[in-house]
Amino acid sequence: MSLQFLADGILMGALIGLGAIGLTLTYSILRFANFTHGEFITWGAYLTLMLAAVIGGAAAPSLDPLGPFSFGWGIIAAGAIAMLLTGGLALALDLVVFRRLRVRGNAVIMVIASFGASLALRSLIEFIFTSRPTYFSREIQIAIPLAPGVRATPDQLSTLGLALVLVVAMHLILTRSHIGRAMRAVSENPALAQCNGIDVAAVIRATWLIGGALACAAGVMLGLTVQIRPYMGFDLLLPLFAAAILGGIGSFPGAIVGGLIVGVAEAAGVGLVGANYRAAIAFLILIVVLLVRPAGIFGARD
Amino acid sequence: MILDLIAYGAFFLTTALTYAIMCLGLNVQWGQTGLFNVGVAGFVAVGAYVSALSTTPPLAGRFGGFGLPIVAGCLIAMVASGACAGLVGTITLRLRADYLAITTFGIAIAIELVALNAQSLTGGPFGIGFIPRPFGTLAPSPIVFDSANLALVAGVACLVFLAMERLARSPWGRVLRSIREDDAAAASLGKNPNRYRLQAFALGGSLMGLAGALQAHLIGFIAPDNYLPALTFQVWTMLIVGGAGSNAGAVAGAIVVWGLWSLSGLLTSLLLPGDQQARAASLQIVAIGVMLVVILLVRPRGLLGGSFRRRPPPNDGGSELDAGKLV
Repeated sequence: MSLQFLADGILMGALIGLGAIGLTLTYSILRFANFTHGEFITWGAYLTLMLAAVIGGAAAPSLDPLGPFSFGWGIIAAGAIAMLLTGGLALALDLVVFRRLRVRGNAVIMVIASFGASLALRSLIEFIFTSRPTYFSREIQIAIPLAPGVRATPDQLSTLGLALVLVVAMHLILTRSHIGRAMRAVSENPALAQCNGIDVAAVIRATWLIGGALACAAGVMLGLTVQIRPYMGFDLLLPLFAAAILGGIGSFPGAIVGGLIVGVAEAAGVGLVGANYRAAIAFLILIVVLLVRPAGIFGARD
Repeated sequence: MILDLIAYGAFFLTTALTYAIMCLGLNVQWGQTGLFNVGVAGFVAVGAYVSALSTTPPLAGRFGGFGLPIVAGCLIAMVASGACAGLVGTITLRLRADYLAITTFGIAIAIELVALNAQSLTGGPFGIGFIPRPFGTLAPSPIVFDSANLALVAGVACLVFLAMERLARSPWGRVLRSIREDDAAAASLGKNPNRYRLQAFALGGSLMGLAGALQAHLIGFIAPDNYLPALTFQVWTMLIVGGAGSNAGAVAGAIVVWGLWSLSGLLTSLLLPGDQQARAASLQIVAIGVMLVVILLVRPRGLLGGSFRRRPPPNDGGSELDAGKLV
């Protein structure tokens, strides 16, 4: 068996990991399973698409490919702005829906609301852009050989690099910055954190902003390497949950390791059972984790 | 014209009542016991496919086709969906409340994949046809056919409703509600919360399977497209609109939401040109999604609900206590 699946799996895994970081953050700080997270991925990709069209309209050369890549600086700039906007979308959703439900202190109602909001957001994208898949660029990429039997396109390598940069940045934020430490404190014990003068509302805002921005980055990566379609985020939701639970809810390294494991397992599984059952592989991982070690790899044992 | 309207009315009510049975199933799980199921569509699909395979005539190249009577098909469907729910429950009910949500979400996707890809079992994307219909011989006369169907489904829905009402008032139903309100207190009285949760979850799942089987026999044809996550979402909206915890609310919610859904579908098909219909369908889902969220925000008890609920269900406290740490 060729090792190509490993390269594909690591690439997909990095992407799942990025999405799972946001999911695990919202899960441990806001304390509910957020089904809207997949839509942040989709919205991030479509927002980037729209912004890139605007930037391309103002300065056409911005869409010319940079070096070996299929995208120009227009897409990079659009992606950066879209990360902010997706974070803003998450914040707005919190303001309109989740904050008001949180006051009532019922986490399961929040899960239902997130389920409803996710369907509405996804169908809105489908309404505006129709369900036809689209692409950032129609440039054809030539895969470069990395090792015997293993190839990757420059786009894939660039997204892997971007994932690495974002993970390091997140690590620094969580360990070195004031807001990062505050986030960890709130996830551990919100009441105690508040007693110590931590602004819980600010922590919640930061969580939505970071979660939305990372989901957007994952969406742009997925759009660059696969395609953009209204269900792209929804289809990723199960792998995201599997990765977050496999790593241990609330664990930042767990989300990345979980993402990589799910990504490689999916790529290996596709080789064995065919691409049709891809989504079932994440489900199998989820079931095995829940049976064997529900706290996850990095989670404390219950 | 009048006859057409009556036939349409009967057809509309028949469909709405199959949804009412799903709602009653979800009400046992969520309304009575506080169990969160995001995989309603999956359990409905299992019921529909199992009953279809049990009752259709044999077909070369496909599993099943046992030619059993419709009643037998429905019963087998209930057992299969109930067993499916029992299996999911066994794995997740001992864990944190929202793990159940994630697992049911996952199993619905897995079931959809099997329906779509296991050609030799489910017929793949083309689904299964020639499913026996209870009054198939009456089909040439729509009004008689639709009324007979309505009588049958109304009878079944009525039976399910009465059974659920009876169960809700029985000692068993009281244990479920006590678990919903405070599982530690229920456990201290010698009731094993997880065993009751599992029973309620399996019972709810089997009702969803029954509804799926009924729909399959009414239409005579099933395909994976009927069991997308939007179905789960519709059933949830029905229960929330009607009022979780109340069986009458579950039935009323199903009829009201299905009425709004059909009406908005009718309006878009009248007002919009053919090539815009698919887009309008997604706008319809947006509207229902917004409706669900608005009701949760403005009137969380729904139209008829809240007669039992004095406090939020206990599961939220659970995730508060054992949520993970950020490391």
